[in-house]
Formats: sequence, C-alpha cells, structure tokens
Amino acid sequence: MSYNILLCGVGGQGTVLASKLLAAAAQASGLSVHSAETIGMAQRGGPVTSHVRIGDDAYSPLIPKGTADLIIAFEPGEAVRNLPYLKQDGALIVNSVALMPVTESLHPSGYDPGKMLNYLKSAVKTLAVVDANALCAPLGSVKFFNVMVLGFATGAGMVKFDREVLLSTIEASVKPAFVEINKKAFLAGAAEGETFIKEQRGL
Amino acid sequence: MKKEYVMGNQAIALGAIAAGVNVVCGYPGTPSSEIIETIAKHNREKAIHVEWSINEKAAMELAAGASYAGARALVTMKMMGLNVASDALMSLAYVGVEGGVVVVSADDPGPISSQTEQDTRLFAKYCRIPVFDPSSVEEAYTMIQDAFAYSEKYHTPVLFRPTTRVDHAYAGITYDDRAQPKAIPGFVKDSGRFVIFPRLSRMNHEMIEKRNPQIGEDFSSYWGNTLQGRKDSRKAVVAGGVSYAYAKEYIQDREDVRLIRVATPHPLPESFLLNALEGVEDILVVEELFPYLEEELLMLCGKHHKNWNIYGKHTGHSPLAGEITAEQAALQIGSFLGDTLTQEAPGAMPQPPARPPVLCAGCPHRAGFYAVKQAMKGRKANFSGDIGCYTLGNAKPLDMVDTCLCMGAGITMAQGLHWTDPETVNFAFVGDSTFFASGMTGVANAIYNEADLIVCILDNSTTAMTGHQPHPGTGVNMMGDVVGAISIENVLRGMGVTTVITVDPLDQSAAIAAVKECADMRGVKAIIFKSPCIALSKPVAKARVNEACIGCKKCIREVGCPAVTFAGNRAVIDESLCTGCSLCASVCPVKAIQVSGKEAR
Repeated sequence: MSYNILLCGVGGQGTVLASKLLAAAAQASGLSVHSAETIGMAQRGGPVTSHVRIGDDAYSPLIPKGTADLIIAFEPGEAVRNLPYLKQDGALIVNSVALMPVTESLHPSGYDPGKMLNYLKSAVKTLAVVDANALCAPLGSVKFFNVMVLGFATGAGMVKFDREVLLSTIEASVKPAFVEINKKAFLAGAAEGETFIKEQRGL
Repeated sequence: MKKEYVMGNQAIALGAIAAGVNVVCGYPGTPSSEIIETIAKHNREKAIHVEWSINEKAAMELAAGASYAGARALVTMKMMGLNVASDALMSLAYVGVEGGVVVVSADDPGPISSQTEQDTRLFAKYCRIPVFDPSSVEEAYTMIQDAFAYSEKYHTPVLFRPTTRVDHAYAGITYDDRAQPKAIPGFVKDSGRFVIFPRLSRMNHEMIEKRNPQIGEDFSSYWGNTLQGRKDSRKAVVAGGVSYAYAKEYIQDREDVRLIRVATPHPLPESFLLNALEGVEDILVVEELFPYLEEELLMLCGKHHKNWNIYGKHTGHSPLAGEITAEQAALQIGSFLGDTLTQEAPGAMPQPPARPPVLCAGCPHRAGFYAVKQAMKGRKANFSGDIGCYTLGNAKPLDMVDTCLCMGAGITMAQGLHWTDPETVNFAFVGDSTFFASGMTGVANAIYNEADLIVCILDNSTTAMTGHQPHPGTGVNMMGDVVGAISIENVLRGMGVTTVITVDPLDQSAAIAAVKECADMRGVKAIIFKSPCIALSKPVAKARVNEACIGCKKCIREVGCPAVTFAGNRAVIDESLCTGCSLCASVCPVKAIQVSGKEAR
C-alpha cells in the first residue's frame, strides 16, 4: 500500500518546498515516489495542495479521497477543506494561525478558525495543533514553518524517513545561505514533534 | 544517464533534448510553460535555438521553417494557443515536414487556469495528424522521443497532449544528459513541395487519408497502447492520458476486467482495439474533456457490427464537463464492475472560507485600475480586459474588468463597444506581454478605422501569470542574451498614436490626471502604467495603521488588498505581505496609514 501525504495551505505559504523535500527524502531512501502541485492562477492567494505518494502501487498523481495517511495543513480552514482526503486513522498536523481571505473583510461569511479547530478535534484522532507564529518566533520569520513542520512530522514518527536523510536533503535543496537556519527550523520542529507524540502516548 | 526528480513538463523537455531537438519555440501558458524554461536551463552550450516566440502562430511557423531545413523542432503552448497556431498547423499538415515537428498542446481539464475545456485529441483528428497522450511523467519522457520518430517516419507534424495533472506531476526519471542536437542537413529548395497551392493540397489530402490508416496500423503495435486482464472477461475499461492512471489506481493488477490504454488516439489503432476488445460485451470509457475515445469506439462498433454496450459521457455514466478525479473514476469503474463500494457519507463540516484568486498585495495593476476608476467616477465608461494577472482586476472591490475573451481581445472588443455607443469612454487593459502577443494589431485596427479608445498597458516588465517569462519588451531572451528591448511607447508612436503617457500607477495623482486627460480626447490614446511586478522587485517599505484609524474600512472597501484585514475596530496590515505600495494610505480619510522606508523605494 502506498503512503500518502497531503500538504495544504494558501498560495505563498511554502507548501511546494515542503513537498519537494519530502519527495527528495523518499527518493534518497530508495522509495518510489510521485507528487503533484497546484500551479497557476490559484497560486495568487488561492487554496493550494501538494500530493506526495510513496509506494509502487500509486498511479494517480493525486491522492484519492479517504486515503491520505498524513495531512499537513498550513491553515485551519484549509485543513477542514482537505479533511475528506484523510484516512480514517490518519494523522493531521494543523497550524492554528488563520489567514483571512480578502473577501472575508469585504463580505464576512463568518469564517471562524476556532470553529474549524474544534471540528478537527472532534473528527481526527491523531491531531497536532501547532502555532506557527509562536514556533517560528525564535527563527525570525514564519516562512520557515514549512521546514519546521516537516521536522515536527519526523519527530512525531508520522513520516518514516531517517532524520539524517531529511537534513541532508535540506542541505542539497535550499540556497546555501539558508541551510543553517532551515536545519535549525527542522530540528526545533522535530523536538516539538517528539514532545507531542510522548504526550499523545501518555494519554 | 542521470536520475532526477522532475515535473512532467521537465520530463517532456528532457525527452526532447534526448531526441536531439534543434529548435524549441512557443508561448507561455499554464500548464505548458516549464517545458521551454527547462530546455533553456539545460542549453548551456547554446547548441539548441530556444525562444519565447511572440505568440503561438509565430512559433508554429518558425518550427515549420526549421523543419524544412531538416531540423527537429518542438513547439509548446497551452491548448488555447493551438487555436492561434492552427492557421499554420493546418496548412503544415498538408505540406508535411522534413525534420520532425512535435507540437505540445497542454490541455487543462477543469479548467483550472484556462478559458475553455477544449480537447487537443479532437484537434489532431481535425488536422488529420497523429497525437500522443501520455499518462504519466515517466511516459512523457519516452513518448516525446517517439513523437519525433513518427513525425519523421511519416513526414507529418505530430501533436503531443499532456494534461495539467501530467504537466504538473513529479516523478523520478533517468534521462540522457549527454544528448546532442542532431546534425541539420540544411534547406533543399523544392517549391513543388514547400509552396502550398490548391493542387498540392488536393494531392496531399489524398495521400494523408491513405496514410492515416497505415499510421493506425503502426500504432496498433505501439508500446503505449496496452491491454491488461484475462481474455475471458466480458467487461473492459478503456482510458487514455491521466484518466488511465486513475483507472489503473482502482483496478491495480486485477485480471477479471480488461483495462485498455489508448496512448495514440489519432489515427485510431483499430486492429489493436478490435483485438483487445474481442469477446467483450460491456465497455466503460473513462476520459476527460470530449467523449473522444467513446465516439471512436461507437464508430468502430458500427463499422464492424459489434455487439458492444458502450458506457461513457453519452450515456450519462461520466460527466461531460470538468476534471475527473481518482475517486470519481473509482466510483464509475466500481459500479460498472458491480464491486461493493464503501462510500462514506460526509459528516456535517463547517464551511471553510472561499479563497478566490486575487491580485497580490502591492500589485501595481491594482493601482492602475484604481486610478482609472477614480478618474472615471460619474462618467460612463466600459473596461475591456484581457488575459493575464490583470484579469483579476474584475474581483470586487475593484470590479474594473467588464469583458475578457481571449488573448489580445480587449483592444478590439473595446472598438466593437465603441461603435455601438460612441458617447461612452472605452478602455482596454492589456499586459505588456499580451500587447506584443496580439495587442499591436488591434491598435492598428483602431487607428485605421478611427475608433475612440484608451489603451491602458499594464507594464510590469514580465509575463507574470505564467511564471515570469521574458518578452520582447524586457531586453533578455531565452538564449540568455541581452538584446534591444522593444519600447511599447515607440511602437505606439510609430503606429501613429500621438498621445502616449507613461506613468507610475503608484503615483496616484499623476495616474488619475493622465486618465482624465485622455478621456476627453478623440482617437486612440495610450497610457502605459509602468511599475515592476512585486514578485520580482524586492519591496523595502511597510505600511502600518496607527491610533488615528477610525475603523471606517474605506481602505478595505476601496482597495481590496490581501494584506489589509480588519480586527477589533481597526484595519490591520499583514507586514509579511505588505510591499509598501501606499495605495491604502492614499485612500485613508484620516491619514491613519503610514508607510515606512518609502524613501528607499
């Protein structure tokens, strides 16, 4: 069976780099991997998804609904939008910081991120709610959340790659000037992920 | 050989390089744009001529010329570009080629980033030329090389149609990283062959119709046309392109149903299909866009008096419009096979917010639109739009795009509107790349026929929507050369537009004054709103809302910038998005928005 990871967020949040790193790590681990990205008009502030599929029996470039093992959501509303992709016992990591669409300020439809998170809590068994702003504060920019959340998933054992493989993938994939800070982001995320899973098991 | 994890479009480019391509040309269009970019990136020795042509028709004709000299040529576009190139392609189909010509026309089911849901397979049938339909990234790499071989074998241009989900999918491929362009034999003049005349067309038409069934026979043993499943199964699923991938995802290695893949929809591999469908009773066709395979099978069924039940779009088993998904295909196939399907009823979910695409925070187009809107307050005016990022100017609160049809249409449609009501001021908004692609002829048409029109060129010095490609106005080309940039202002003046005002749209008072000046003049006027795309220029300034904010929301209601939201009783600016364009500050009635670092801009 294939292992499917769906990343979702809003155009500009850095989901593409995260999915590329996951795919590269899978390949470096000797696994068969395919992925697909949202590119084009939707990138301008629209919802974006990256589908990463690991395994020999994955033919469709997109993950069929109900078969994602892990969803990494960069925004609470986007987590809910993509929840139909999650497997029954799948895990979900969600950034609790909402991005308000510009239309929401013009014509409020009552988008309430708290309601989204509450719903996720009721619907998902393995749910990690993380605050990207707080976690990324020591790094100086929320832009590093994409790499940090990969660290979180690795630390929590939600992706089965060797930590070293991901670290060397980061080294090979990002601009030299940003290697150190991204590694730092990854390791900080990994530590958070470890804490999360310990608490989860303790419960 | 080198192994790399690549996008479908990159695989197509690397495959073309492996095929020894000599000339590569095209026009940007989602989902095809990365092909030419990849060729340019791998063209370190400049052994391949690679270019963004001014439009798809120019590219098609350039490829024909190169082919007549024996060169292999690749032309890339999205499927609507094929409409533009079709004049050249249709005739080239009659004349034929010397060096292989492969035309990539990327289809966009959904549509996700397009105006139509047209189907290139049908276009191939219309042109009477072969078409290849890859179902995966890996296949695309190999198939594009085959396309060149078939093009030369049968002296015909060949279409190659990936869809968005193949173009923008990623997979690991092993490619030939040492390939060299093939030697070009050179142009051997032969006017009896290369000059199209009615007599030549009549002769060649006959030849083409005789040849196509032969290509169909040839395709019947093509590796891309495959059959899986036991010969005693009475049911068959027929699919091509990415729909095959969806079908395979569901069927996997099951043998109780035949899974038939058609990689060469035209000319139809008839004997392959007749053989693969021998003894079958029920056929389900899984495909996107036009019911192409379905109708071909209906034709085959009648021609050979088969007793097939053919299910698909014509029988309501598959939707006629829109993209299909893996789970939709699974549902179709599952019910066709009588499988027990576990469909979960979706629980009550809170509704996530709509996120329509919007102009980026700080986009200079917003300022250009806003200036025109302010200047025309209280006057009757029409705003014809065009294809590009600036189509997003239609979104509220700007609401400044009344029409959008196809590339370059804004300028000519504004003339049509003008002749129905000369008292209304007509504006046409066009981007810099679109102006070169198909805007210039419209301006000439307006001057010649004496229309009143204000052409607003939203010049951000790039082709932004498709991923920032250069164009004739940017001064760089895909060979990596710095070249003379064509000045839009000079082009307009050269054609006879006497009023051409270039203004920075972020300088609102100057921009509004320019619009007002033009609105009162007769004839063709042009305003060039010149300011670089914010995705390419590093913003240094930030806007902040101070205590003076009275919470009137005017900045939100008027400007609609994604960086400005409302929290508590005040406007809030997201500094990670803000570029300090200061448009919001210019509309604030109480000067509560201050822009820092503005001087450094």
